[in-house]
Amino acid sequence: MKKIYLIPAALVICIAIIQACTKLQPAAPADDEILDGPVAGLSYDQNRQFLAGDIAFNDEIFTSQTGLGSIFVATSCGSCHAGDGKGHPFTTLTRFGQTDSTGNQFLHMGGPQLQNRALPGFSPEQIPAGATFSKFTPPANTGLGFLELVSDADILAMADPNDANGDGISGMPNYAVLPSFATAFSNAIPRNGKYIHRFGKKAAAYNLLHQTVNAYNQDIGITSTFSPQDVYSGLNIDPEVTDNTVRNVVFYLQTLKAPIQRNQIDATVIAGKNIFMQTGCESCHKQTLKTGFSNVAPLSNKTFHPYTDLLLHDMGPGLDDGYTEGTAKTNEWRTPPLWGLGLSPNSQGGQYFLLHDGRAKNIEEAIQMHGGEAAQSKTKFNQLTAADKNALLKFLESL
Amino acid sequence: MIKIYSLFVTILLSFCAAAQIDPALLKRIPKDTTKPSLNMDAVYNRPFVAVGKLPVSVGGYMEANWQHLATDGISEGHQFQFRRMTLFVSSTIGKRLKFLSEIEFEDGAKEISIEFAALDIELHPLLNLRGGMILNPIGAFNQNHDGPKWEFTDRPISATQMLPATWSNAGFGVYGKHYNKDWMFGYEAYLSGNFDNTIIDNAENKTFLPAAKNNKERFEEINSGLPLVTAKVAVRNSKVGEIGLSYMGGVYNKFQDDGLQLDDKRRVHVFAIDFNSTIAKTKTFITAEWAWIKVNVPSTFTQQYGNKQQGGFLDIVQPVLKKKMLGWQNATLNIACRMEYVDWNKGVFTSTGGNISEHLWSIMPAVSLRPTSQTVFRFNYRHQRQTDLLGNPPAVTGGLSFGISTYF
Repeated sequence: MKKIYLIPAALVICIAIIQACTKLQPAAPADDEILDGPVAGLSYDQNRQFLAGDIAFNDEIFTSQTGLGSIFVATSCGSCHAGDGKGHPFTTLTRFGQTDSTGNQFLHMGGPQLQNRALPGFSPEQIPAGATFSKFTPPANTGLGFLELVSDADILAMADPNDANGDGISGMPNYAVLPSFATAFSNAIPRNGKYIHRFGKKAAAYNLLHQTVNAYNQDIGITSTFSPQDVYSGLNIDPEVTDNTVRNVVFYLQTLKAPIQRNQIDATVIAGKNIFMQTGCESCHKQTLKTGFSNVAPLSNKTFHPYTDLLLHDMGPGLDDGYTEGTAKTNEWRTPPLWGLGLSPNSQGGQYFLLHDGRAKNIEEAIQMHGGEAAQSKTKFNQLTAADKNALLKFLESL
Repeated sequence: MIKIYSLFVTILLSFCAAAQIDPALLKRIPKDTTKPSLNMDAVYNRPFVAVGKLPVSVGGYMEANWQHLATDGISEGHQFQFRRMTLFVSSTIGKRLKFLSEIEFEDGAKEISIEFAALDIELHPLLNLRGGMILNPIGAFNQNHDGPKWEFTDRPISATQMLPATWSNAGFGVYGKHYNKDWMFGYEAYLSGNFDNTIIDNAENKTFLPAAKNNKERFEEINSGLPLVTAKVAVRNSKVGEIGLSYMGGVYNKFQDDGLQLDDKRRVHVFAIDFNSTIAKTKTFITAEWAWIKVNVPSTFTQQYGNKQQGGFLDIVQPVLKKKMLGWQNATLNIACRMEYVDWNKGVFTSTGGNISEHLWSIMPAVSLRPTSQTVFRFNYRHQRQTDLLGNPPAVTGGLSFGISTYF
């Protein structure tokens, strides 16, 4: 008779275990400790598209059977952007061309990007004789949808190409010809048939569709209807990724959340932020921008804090690699957004690889490598007390 | 494919036939599958039922689980999994001629495969010929993989995600055994179907030997045209335990086609050591396996696909209660723990000199109840940390699973 009671007792224990199982599982990291995840407030159908893009971006690995290469840099989008953060030198890409801005003269020789890896039985590309080159470490993906929605008017309002205000900062946009598949923003302000580009180390990509199509083609060797030319043969071939997938990836990039600053009320961080403003860093690394209208409500007419002006600046001879894109000169680089900076080691293998090619191994080293228009700010940084320097670095790490 | 269905129908008919005959004619051939023997005996060390005077014996096992796991706080929720059902048919065809087959239905028949179907010809205890679909004897788990033998719901990660268990191929070879008092010695050597280019060009984004299992063409055509060599030696002392050393290797890539050279010959080498023992005093059962893989990956390809891998597992099973429980005579309650480690890419980045970190470790404590030696109810907790190629903070997976597995 006693054994009959064992059965309900066992059932109760099982139910208790099932109910408790989530308590035994690893907790999710805090939202401000990770870069991936969508902006809050997406609708159900937008969440579905975000997920489809997430899978295509992070889980779809290309192989020789699905179109990889035959020459390439990486096998998937996620290979270069672990956790949607900054990339590692392992997937640093190389662009080659020449020093003047007359347009890349090496396109017929495989330019502008070097595919430095090849499927077995194939040979990777080599930099042609006479070409100059620069290495680009993959940037973080987060918050890109906000940056895409900054109006040309707002970008131009931050530009000061002739340094009219005499502050030593003369940012200017990169004007370039639209790719054939891109549609100009409704509020675009073109100049001589060229449009303000904003993505990439030298602001050579117009929008996230342009960036995505280029990455599929130049990084992975995947053709699409947008960019049908095979990087190996130079011939147009059938698309290896669907339009739908490309659109989903673009939507994913557009709706990744903006990085969330940590320790915002920490006194040292607040002090560091004030020093950041006083030393003139904010002249280029603009704290606050705003988006225009978007059909995606969580992105529409928002104020956000990327710490960039999306403009090109002369960074001095130390960062002059002798390579140019669009109207960007060899010593000019687009101000990289600083949001998410403190989380970079989580996607760069536990350490920093900063500046355009990852040459700086910590934030202070990156500051010391600033020159050109940023030389004044660097001088001011070097004049700070140790405590103030520490506060400034704490602030940057909190981003 | 027709052959598979024919075999399946034959097996079903044999079950139907069994259902219509006097059960007294069913002669169960019991095996205590928890008793030690050489791992190479595993294919025959299974419980079979002989039907009357029919020349075949049949058997099989099934596995089903409930799992609730999460990675970094994200869970897919409750999952009920019918992992596999396997049917065995064995037959003594004639003097010194034996046949055994193992057909597996995985994930609710999503995958049906002949894992083993071989004819054994005994010329001498030390010289037997085997031909057909063979299980390559690399490590111990690949041959000794039946669910009811293990206290854990999941197969070892190193055995299934680094080594390709269960890895079987069409092939021929020899094996033999020798007994001398407390000592047993066994060897196996086979030439068989081989790996292919997918081991370094696959959707796993890492060197992944199990990718070759998806190539069903390998039962007809070897990608490289050269056979895979697999060999193993094992020694058991009845008081100490068994140790096995095994090697598997060959040219994996399609280096030529239609008489034209397409690539260099590229080889894969796998070395494994396995050990199992029962501590007589405490009845503690220990089983372990470790393997090293070396693959020739072109230097112009991506380091995403590593040229060295290593990993293994250690299981410790401690019986804590053996008595009549819930009406089952000699039921056994065990506590157990599995520790696992796999490094899918051992080496350093050429770009930075930093360590490549695509590795995983896992610990899985367990409680299992065996009403008989052939049936196990098992309850596991897994804690696993997996680091990506770059060495970023690991993805942490944890959760509970409950499973049943039984021979029938």
